[in-house]
Amino acid sequence: MRRFNKIFTVVVLLFLYIPMIVLAVGSFNSGMDIAVFKDFTLDNYHELFSDGVLLPLLLNSVIVAVIASAIATVLGTAAAIGINSMSPKLRKLSMSITNIPMTNPEIVTGVSLALLFAFVGTLLKINNILGFATLLIAHVTFCLPYVILSVMPKLHQMDPNLNEAAQDLGCTPVQAFFKVVIHEITPGIISGALMSFTMSLDDFVISYFVYGPKFVTLPVEIYNYTKKPLHPKIYALFTLLFAVILIVMVVMNLLQAKDEKRVRDNKKAFGRKKVGA
Amino acid sequence: MSKELIRLVNCKMAFDDEIVLDDINLYFNDKEFLTLLGPSGCGKTTTLRIIGGFIKPTSGDVMFDGVRINDVPPHKRKVNTVFQKYALFPHLDVYENVAFGLRIAKVPVEEIDERVTEMLEIVSLKGFENRRVAQLSGGQQQRVAIARALVNRPKVLLLDEPLGALDLRLRKDMQNELKRIQQAMGITFIYVTHDQEEALSMSDTVVVMDKGRIQQIGTPEDIYNEPKNAFVADFIGESNILDGVMLEDRLVKFFGRRFKCVDAGFEKNEPVDVVIRPEDIDIVPPDNGHLCGTVTSVTFKGVHYDTIVDFKGFKWLIQTTDYHSVGEYIGIRLEPEDIHIMHKSEYSGMFGDYSSYSAEYDEMDDPDLYPEGEEETAAEESEDED
Amino acid sequence: MKTKLAAPYLVWMALFTVIPLLIVAYYALTDSQTGQFTLANLQNLGNYIPILIKSIWLALISSIICLVIGYPVAYYIASRSELKQRILYMLIMLPMCISFLLRTLAWVALTEDTGIINNFIMALGLKPLPLIRNNGAVVLGMVYNYLPYMIMPLYSVIVKIDGRLVEAAQDLGCNNAGVFKRVILPLSMPGIVSGFTMVFVPAVSTFYISQKLGSSGTTLIGDVIESQFKTAYNPNLGAALSLVLMVVIFICIGVMNRFGDDEEVITV
Repeated sequence: MRRFNKIFTVVVLLFLYIPMIVLAVGSFNSGMDIAVFKDFTLDNYHELFSDGVLLPLLLNSVIVAVIASAIATVLGTAAAIGINSMSPKLRKLSMSITNIPMTNPEIVTGVSLALLFAFVGTLLKINNILGFATLLIAHVTFCLPYVILSVMPKLHQMDPNLNEAAQDLGCTPVQAFFKVVIHEITPGIISGALMSFTMSLDDFVISYFVYGPKFVTLPVEIYNYTKKPLHPKIYALFTLLFAVILIVMVVMNLLQAKDEKRVRDNKKAFGRKKVGA
Repeated sequence: MSKELIRLVNCKMAFDDEIVLDDINLYFNDKEFLTLLGPSGCGKTTTLRIIGGFIKPTSGDVMFDGVRINDVPPHKRKVNTVFQKYALFPHLDVYENVAFGLRIAKVPVEEIDERVTEMLEIVSLKGFENRRVAQLSGGQQQRVAIARALVNRPKVLLLDEPLGALDLRLRKDMQNELKRIQQAMGITFIYVTHDQEEALSMSDTVVVMDKGRIQQIGTPEDIYNEPKNAFVADFIGESNILDGVMLEDRLVKFFGRRFKCVDAGFEKNEPVDVVIRPEDIDIVPPDNGHLCGTVTSVTFKGVHYDTIVDFKGFKWLIQTTDYHSVGEYIGIRLEPEDIHIMHKSEYSGMFGDYSSYSAEYDEMDDPDLYPEGEEETAAEESEDED
Repeated sequence: MKTKLAAPYLVWMALFTVIPLLIVAYYALTDSQTGQFTLANLQNLGNYIPILIKSIWLALISSIICLVIGYPVAYYIASRSELKQRILYMLIMLPMCISFLLRTLAWVALTEDTGIINNFIMALGLKPLPLIRNNGAVVLGMVYNYLPYMIMPLYSVIVKIDGRLVEAAQDLGCNNAGVFKRVILPLSMPGIVSGFTMVFVPAVSTFYISQKLGSSGTTLIGDVIESQFKTAYNPNLGAALSLVLMVVIFICIGVMNRFGDDEEVITV
């Protein structure tokens, strides 16, 4: 049975990676048609960096992703702490609100924000309300739940007395947060921020409904491109991005492994205590 | 008598609709070792947290040295706490954990070093300065927590079930250690526990709580020998609690018989609860007994045997060093000082019978009237302490 | 006092999540020209019922396929050593970091009539297969894109199942199949429900996959909504369709929650 599962898993992984291989191979193709490999070339990579078309779009995506994930991380972390100290009733309400963007299909989130902005636009008599600001607002909105859902478990795991112990020893609530609590929830904050960043960087559906022509992100532009024939330099860009993400993922996993080891050590120490009890 | 340091005046605490503390009035003397004792949910930890400033009472006042401190936040109180699971800061080593409060108070570095070193010596953790707290055993973490609190020289140390996570042996050692530290530092300890033995062996004063109310305040001896109601009698040690009637001063009737006792000051013919401690009962041959019954279960406990004896369906616990086998018909003798009389309370009838309580006793005059019972095996109800 | 920290977030969510949904409802119930209250948009929805049913049907099939494929994979990952678990999990997640638009396009390149697979088949001297522009291709696209969403929650639930429970079940006389049926499967129910939801919701509302891998015959509800906002420009009808989509998903999640533990349905 295990043998079957192993082979099956390898097959599924192949299935998941076939398109990546197609893209990577396509990036070295001198022909325009990705289905036919003509010659090996690095021209696509060269063009990617020299023609100044795709990189600015990527930069736009990165700008939105950095700002959106930064705002979402600060707002979301504060919110997680606030929600955590709420009465059960209020906490439940807040968590249901948090879950709305998680359960709603992206298209509905996108459409609803587009309608909101259109509504506000007519109200304030602004013609082209869609642009950087609306894009940013949308991205912060869908990032926030991810931050909250990754910080919350850390707050739960934390001994609630730690915060009180800090105050007991003379910390103001603010000092207690920065001297003690933040150390405990940092892994959650980091993973929330990283998750927000990647979600935002990669988002197409919601962005598609709220972007304006003056500020276009890479995924939106790819969608607009795909109505025309796609230039292989796009594959080059994503092959490079894949490599970068691979490195980030490895680093992230190492950090997480370290954190989990620490938690495990703590548990071990606790286990020792309980032996004789 | 030393002077009063903290006083709770009509303190009430309610979370939503649930009343956790109901009109607590309590004072704490300087240099006293006071224990709040009670089952979980009795309000003892809530009381401690009110003193620590982590929660504000719904109504009532908290006085410290005669000043109302309801609105003083925890970091401005001259009180430090040892938390239930220690709450040591995992990102700091032992030294920095102990130094934490001093650093916040901006104590000069040399003084911090002096005080932390001294404190670690007191709790016998010299040489552990650079250990991470996760690398310490439970007992060591415990001592770091105490050092971290005491290094700030608080007037009062609050301890919330600090020994709960330790094994029995270590717990006994730490009890002595804590008492020693308290006497050496000469400060007030307010100690929360559900362990009656711990409370009795360490405290100057014990406050027994249940259902958000104080049931009794007294020295350990008072609490044990003169419990105020059935709850206290049952919670502190084991007790057989019977329905009785106080005929006159120093004369009580139960099981249809009159017994001499040492209590007075009750109304004539007042219904009362009669407490008889299992270790005070003498087993004698049936002919010499005040009461006679049949042994229904015997459990070896090391020092003594827990012997359950059925007196016409009401099961008594008797602790004796002599073995009496199941089915044996025995008699018991009760001396006046073995009998303690309490007023009736809301707890009457809830404790004390080592099987199920039966109200039929009052009518029974002759202990030999009914055939010997073979009913339930007893004692489940008595296992409320761990 | 600390609860106040959540205030900016709650205000944000009210402004940009709750109010927009109310506006969707408002648009759905007003006329596109006059702005008057009308039920016309909702009445028009009748034309789209076949499309809606088709969307639900294809999304359901995709979800089931994802479950059937995803469960053994999740089970296998969960049974490996911690290091291998981490690596395998990362390998499953990694493709999701690349724009799903491009990955879908790669499938187009693979399955096209003159695509990679058919080129290969023709090189062998066989007749090309109709791999694209049909329901099967759309399901393939959905399964491919959302399979990791199924594996993630399944894995995180299965990995938490206490090994001693399996031993206990064996001790009580279960054979391997019995252990799976009576212990592991019931305990992985929250993961199944959560994974099902995480695949079904984006699948039922997708528009890109059906545009690229489907044909005019595989138009989905997402395509119709998109066109109301981007080409046909009838936001009122689009809003009405979005409203219906939300209700459909609300009902589906409600039904699925009956199978599992409510608390665990939304895991990330």
